[in-house]
Formats: sequence, structure tokens, C-alpha cells
Amino acid sequence: MINPTEYLPKSYHTRISTYWWLTRWAYLKFILREASSVFVAWIVVLTLLQIRALTDGPAEYAELQKWLQSPLLLALNAVSFFFVVFHAVTWFNLAPKAMAIRVRGKRLPGLAIAAPNYVAWAAISAAVAWILLRG
Amino acid sequence: MLDISSHDVVLVGGGGAGLRAAIAISEAAPNLSVAVVSKVYPMRSHTVAAEGGAAGVRLADDSLDDHAYDTISGGDWLCDQDAVEVFVKEAPVELMRLEHWGCPWSREPDGRIAVRSFGGMKNTRTWFAADKTGFHMLHTLFQTSLKYDAVTRYDEYYVTRLLVDDGRVQGVVALELTTGKVQAITAKAVILCTGGCGRVFRFTTNAAIKTGDGMALAYRAGAPLKDMEFVQYHPTGLPFTGILITEAARAEGGYLLNKDGYRYLQDYNLGTAEPKPVLRSMELGPRDRLSQAFVREQEKGRTVAGPYGPVVNLDLRHLGAKTISAKLPFVRELCLKYEHIDPITQVIPVRPVVHYMMGGVHTDLNGATPVKGLYAAGEVACVSINGANRLGSNSLPELLVFGARAGRAAAAYAAEQKPPARHLLAQALDEEARLQEQFLQKSGGREPIADLRDEMQKIMEQCAGIYRSGESLAGAAGKLHELQDRFRDIRLDDRGHLFNTELISALELSCMLEVAETMAQCAMERTESRGAHQRTDYPARNDEKFLAHSMTYRTTEGRPRVGYAPVTITRWPPAERVYGR
Amino acid sequence: MANRITLEVTRYHPAHDEKPRLEAYEVPLRKEWVVLDALNYIKDHLDGSLSFRWSCRMGVCGSCGMTVNGVPKLTCATFLSDYAPGPVRVEPMKNFPVLRDLIVDTSDFLLKLAKSKPWIIRKVEKPLDEEYFQTPTQLDAYKQFSMCINCMLCYAACQVYGLDPLFSGPAAIALAQRYNLDSRDQGAGERLDILSHHEGIWGCTFVGECTKVCPNNVDPAGAIQQYKLTATMEWVKSFVLPRGAK
Repeated sequence: MINPTEYLPKSYHTRISTYWWLTRWAYLKFILREASSVFVAWIVVLTLLQIRALTDGPAEYAELQKWLQSPLLLALNAVSFFFVVFHAVTWFNLAPKAMAIRVRGKRLPGLAIAAPNYVAWAAISAAVAWILLRG
Repeated sequence: MLDISSHDVVLVGGGGAGLRAAIAISEAAPNLSVAVVSKVYPMRSHTVAAEGGAAGVRLADDSLDDHAYDTISGGDWLCDQDAVEVFVKEAPVELMRLEHWGCPWSREPDGRIAVRSFGGMKNTRTWFAADKTGFHMLHTLFQTSLKYDAVTRYDEYYVTRLLVDDGRVQGVVALELTTGKVQAITAKAVILCTGGCGRVFRFTTNAAIKTGDGMALAYRAGAPLKDMEFVQYHPTGLPFTGILITEAARAEGGYLLNKDGYRYLQDYNLGTAEPKPVLRSMELGPRDRLSQAFVREQEKGRTVAGPYGPVVNLDLRHLGAKTISAKLPFVRELCLKYEHIDPITQVIPVRPVVHYMMGGVHTDLNGATPVKGLYAAGEVACVSINGANRLGSNSLPELLVFGARAGRAAAAYAAEQKPPARHLLAQALDEEARLQEQFLQKSGGREPIADLRDEMQKIMEQCAGIYRSGESLAGAAGKLHELQDRFRDIRLDDRGHLFNTELISALELSCMLEVAETMAQCAMERTESRGAHQRTDYPARNDEKFLAHSMTYRTTEGRPRVGYAPVTITRWPPAERVYGR
Repeated sequence: MANRITLEVTRYHPAHDEKPRLEAYEVPLRKEWVVLDALNYIKDHLDGSLSFRWSCRMGVCGSCGMTVNGVPKLTCATFLSDYAPGPVRVEPMKNFPVLRDLIVDTSDFLLKLAKSKPWIIRKVEKPLDEEYFQTPTQLDAYKQFSMCINCMLCYAACQVYGLDPLFSGPAAIALAQRYNLDSRDQGAGERLDILSHHEGIWGCTFVGECTKVCPNNVDPAGAIQQYKLTATMEWVKSFVLPRGAK
């Protein structure tokens, strides 16, 4: 006699672990990239704080500068700088995936799409550096 | 625990022929309900592995008569010429229909569909989608089939028998793999589209699923198997894996070289060695002649000794990286992946490998078998357009042309039938009981499936290969008979119901044994050499006696009984097969 | 090279196992063997009850996807010797319900595929004696996405699919994009309506693993990002252009 319950389809469902992003470097890189947005936001907030301090007057601005020189803030900004660069680099590297540009029937190689981004980045950074450092 | 469902037409097999038939029925009679019952998801079907292309007259300097003549002479005059005429006429239409459905055919620079040369064809007429033609055709058909609501799919259901009542096929009994549940699927007509049975041989290009299930189903239900002695060896398979290197590699200009680097085909009445490919000549000769030349070359000691037996070399190096990458990317990918060889800089070791069954379930031009309500199309069927040797690139259009014809014919037939009788369910219950008794609840059993299968494959390769003799075939028949007996004592490790792949292997093995027996039997009785059937003891063609189809019936004792049926000749009387001149 | 290697293979039978477990088998290590050959050796000689899917063993039918040492792979194209001295861990594809041993339930994909309308949609049909011209350049625009063999490795690699089974997933979207980019097709609008929502293209967070595991360089991650770009452009157009102009 056949046991009818044997015919019931049953299956095993695995649950994704909360720490799935630690299992592979590629996943970890992805999560770091997502997390980098927080630091990008912090840089924006910092810029806004600087603008407010500037409009409030030289004393306020000096105070902010002093605050920024505290070890905690220096450490935070160092980490933020790392993440902002990481964010920019990964963003430029992903750009060719999202854009399939064809020139005379041939798809442009990834480098041709990523490179202008890097060139623009370098040029703007150089311009900013020139403005800040010339005097 | 029997489940019952009902449709107008049931298709067994979801490859190219099955899907083409399903769409044909839905377009011809949208009110009919169609079931596609397949032991694998349709896109896994073996059509996926076809590489080179699909023949259909296309260019102005070509003609339907030329395609017909190439096919008939390629088949050593065993083709039914009325079937060939229908085939060559409808092939271009069907291929164009696939273009309309989105098949990514390779193109000329101006956007027109491109064609390439192929073996045994005197004009260029093979449509291709790089060298993954079957893959693209199958996925185009499958994806297109998804838009028809009347098509119900039974994915991963294995059909174990046909329901026959009152001389009519009225459905199938199938095993749902996931649950092991037995399901009766009744229908007014059944179309078999299960492909061939290359797996009865050890060294084959065929996928694991090609175990002759449909042939055995029809044979057991009383339909004759036609021309089963004709087995095609493809001349260029990779050693060990048996992976196919498409004929397109030679059509693009590849050379076959023996161990001295010599294009040995010129010694076998296949023409002279020109640097550029010449149609119907040398490397573009028909597959049977090329595979036979390999054996003769081996006998002369001029093949290369490889770790898996003798090989010859397929040389594509002179074609250059650009042609190889554009026209033969899959060949390169397969060589790199499985042989660690780059055909741009290295020669490819190849040897003949079992590829295709010319024979199959006997049908008429509309896919109808002599058993009412039962149809067949594709490799499982024998219409016959392939005769004693199929030409490369004829099988893909065949499954479109005859898949569609069988679909339309079955739809018309089904529209006139009454619903299947209720008492068919008794048969389904019997079948369920048989599966239990013979396999799942059987105690003991000593014969492992793998052992029986290995012995079958070995004897078929040794005794029923490229060259056979009365003696070798009698040996094979005796051995197969013994294996049939031993099969009754089969041993299963798995007695459960859920996804029991071992049970499926056992059922497939029983089909293969049955089909192999018919092959050995009719090969033994055909005392002549024709096309792919070469008898060392009868080396000549004998039109007087054997310009006829062998028809193998199953006797009540389960043994094959061979009869003969005439070949239809319309406009091309039998003549000598001439290549290279 | 040692002549034997150990395979740790997932075994699971729903009728008597609470959850999957690993079982070790020792098999011959041959240089031309792929992982699938080792599994067949086990089934033929050690334990006939081991269940897995396979068919073409040449990387084109898409049946034999599994997890090999943690990575989604087609076992017919994964050489055993690359894992010597072993052991090699062979598990079912992740993110799918396990039915038995190495077999997973992929029927969900078939439903999603059908939903994304992977067929040619046209307003007016040409008669069958006429063809739709398509230059090699136009063919090239979608060819890459037409190479998908539905092996499901991309779903096994996709964390979004793992966390949210409602996500359409890489292959289904890539195949929709395959038809969108086909010069013979006019169904892009219909498909956009189906796929431009948070369980369609916008569910993708672009981890990019789907593209890495694809055995046929289909690049589903690229397909989805390009689709997002198209969807955004259509959205912008719907504001800028007057009604009916697009």
C-alpha cells in the first residue's frame, strides 16, 4: 500500500543569512559601496556647515575650522574621503554596463566610456586645486 | 493516487518538432486544448545542441529540384520522393516563419538572411544562426509558444505508455517526476516528438535524454518502426566527450588530415584536394562516406593514435581568427573548454560519432502512423526524407515542416473525434500497478542499471557500428536478448516516489533495449550495403531486393519481426551516388 | 596528481530528511572529467539514488547548474582537476527550493519569463514570402542577450532574488531586453509597463554577480541597467513631450 502523503511535493527552502554580504568579497564590496552613500551625505552636510559658518562671519568660521581639526573629525573625514573616492571609482567602472553606446555599428569598449569620466574627474580636481593653492 | 486530465491533443516531447506542432495546432484550431508533455523543460530538449544550420532553398541559382536531388542521392535512393518534394517546398517557408518569430539568423551586410554551404549539397542553401542554430531555433519556438494560452505544459513528466482503446490512441500515462504521481492524460490525438535514440551507443553526440522513448512507446502500441538499421555517424566528434564539431567547420573550409597531414578523403572517390571548399566534394561529401573513409584509413594505419582511440585532425588554422570567431564561435568555445585547444592555432582531434537515427516510427506525409490517433514528427519519425543517410542541415527544417504538418493533421483529426472513453482509466491503473510491481516494490534485484546499459552500448558499438556483418549482428541480437532477460532482474537503490531519477533511468533503459533489438534485427536482415548501413559481407547495393523500407513490428512475444514496404519514386530513378566529380 | 578526489554532495529526501546534509564520496580523479562525470560515477557505481539533472553535457541545454565550492556553475563545464586535491563541495543552486538532493524547483522562472512577453510583438505582419531585413549591426544590438540558455545560475547568484522571490530576476529581464532591442519588434512599450516597477528592473541593486556567473557572457546586469536608463528616458519624455508624441 502506498502512503499517499509520500506524493505530496515538499521542498526545502533555505533562508539567506543576515550576514550574506560577508560570505564573498564581491558581496562585501557591494555593501561597502552602498554604505559609502552615508559618507557622501556627510560631505554634503559638512559643505553646508562651512557655507553657514562663512555667512555668519570670520569668528564663526574660525571656530568651525578649529572643530574640524579635532582628532575625531579628522579621522571621520579621512574615512569619508576614502569612501567618496571608492564611490566615485566604482560608479565610473559601472557606467559602461549601463550605457551601450554604438559607434559605426561597434559597441564602444567599456574603457572608452569609463575613461572620459576619469579624465573629467582629474581635470575638475586639478582646477579646484589650482584655485585653492595659487595664492 | 491517480490523477486525470484531458486535452484535445497531447504532444509527447517539447523540442523543435513538439513546439512547432503545438503552435501549429493553436493557430489552426485555437479552440483545441493542447498539452506538451516532456521529461525535461522544453528548452533543455536536444534540438538545442544542433549547430550548423537548416537547409531551405533561398538563392536565385538554386532550385527545389536541386535540394530534392541532393537529399535523395544523399539518402542513397531510400527516401520517399513525394515526402522529399513536400519537404523541400515547405522548408524555406517554415524557416522564414521562424525569421518572423524572431530567430536571430546570421545576416548579409545588407540585412538579408545569409546562407552557407553544407555537406552533400550542391548549392549553398543552409540558413544559420552562427553555429548555435538549433539553440536559437529552439528558444525562439519555446518563447513564441509562451504566448498561446491553449498550450498547457507538463514539464518534467515522463510518459510510460500510450492509452490505446478500440484501435485508437486516446492519451498517455505519465509519471510526474517531482512527486512520482501517475497521471492519465487523455486526448483525441497524440503526437510523438521525442527525438532519437543515440544513447543506445556508447560514443554519441546525443544528450542523455535521447533514449528512444517515443520509438518504444509507438512500437509497443503496435506501430512499425521503419529503417531502423540506418544510424548516422557524424565524422567529426571530439574524442572522449563525443561533443559535435559542426559540419559548418568543413563548409567554411576546414580540412580533414590523417597522421601524415594528408587530406585522405581524396583516396576514397570523394574528389580532388582543392584549397577552397568545393560543394559535394572532399570534406563536403556526405556524412556516411566520410565516416566510412575514417574506418578505412584506420585500417591502413594512417590515423593518429589518441588516448581515446584513433583520431584524425580537423584543421581550421588557415581560415584565420576572423572567420573562426564570426562563423564558428561555438566550435572554438567547445575546443577551448573541453580539449584545451585553440582551433585558430591548433588542429582539432576528431573521430566519427553516433549522431542521428534515419529510422523511426513509420508515418505518412502528415505525420500519421498506421495506429489511429497516433502521430509522430522529428527524429522519432521516419517519413522518410532521410533514406539511408541524412544530409547535414536537413534535420532542423524537417522538424519544422513535419512538426507543423503533424500538428495540423492531428488537430483536424481531433476535431472529429468523440471524447476518450472513461474506461481508459483502468489501463492507467494497470500501468501504475506495473510500475509498482516491476520497480518500486520489487524485492531483490541484482542487475545494476549502469551495467546493463554499458553492455548494451558496448555491443551496439562493436557489432552494429559503421561497418557490420551478419555474424556481428547476430552476436548483437543474441546479447540484446540476454540483456532483455536480465533487465527483469533489475536492481534499484531508490524505491521512493519523489524525483526518482533512477526509476526514469530504468524505464529509459527498457526503451533503449527494445529499440536496439529492432536495429540489430533489421540490420541483420538487410543483406546489402546502402548509405549508412555497410555490410562487410554484402558490400554492394541491391536495388532489386532492398529498394525498400524495413518495417519492424513487435510480435506478441515482444520480439521484432521485419517486413518491407516499397519506396516511393517520383522523378529520380535510382542511380549511382557521385561525389567529387 | 592524486588519482582520487572526495566529493561532498548534498543529499536531501523530503520524505525522510528534515533538512539537507552533506555526504562524502570518493571518485576517480581524471583530467578530462568534469564535476558532472563524477556525479554520474557516483550514481552508476556508488549510490543509484543520488538525483540531479543533466542532459547535453556540452554547456548548451542548461540543465546541470549547481553550486560548486560555493560558486554557481554548470557542472558539465567545470573540471574536477581544477579543484584538486579536494574535497569538492557540490550543492544545489542557491535561492531555489530544494526538491531532492541536487534538484531545485525553477518553475518560478518559467512564470516570470512568460510574464515578460519574450516573443516578437508587431502591429502589422508581413506575408511569409517577405523577410524583415536586419543588418549585422542590428543583429549585434541584441545578439548577446539572445544567448541565454536559462540555466538559472544568475538567479542562484542574485541576492535580490534570494531576499525577495518576487523580483523578476536577471534572465527574464535580459530576455525581455533581447526582444526590445530586436529591430523586428515593436513591443518595448508593453514590456516596459510590465517590468518598470520595483519587482522588475528597479528591484535590481546592481551587485553584478549575475553577469559574473553567466556561462554565456549574456551580461544580464548590463541588460537591466540599460533597461533602467531607457525607462528613465521614457519617464522624462512623458513629462517633456505632449501626449501621444512618443
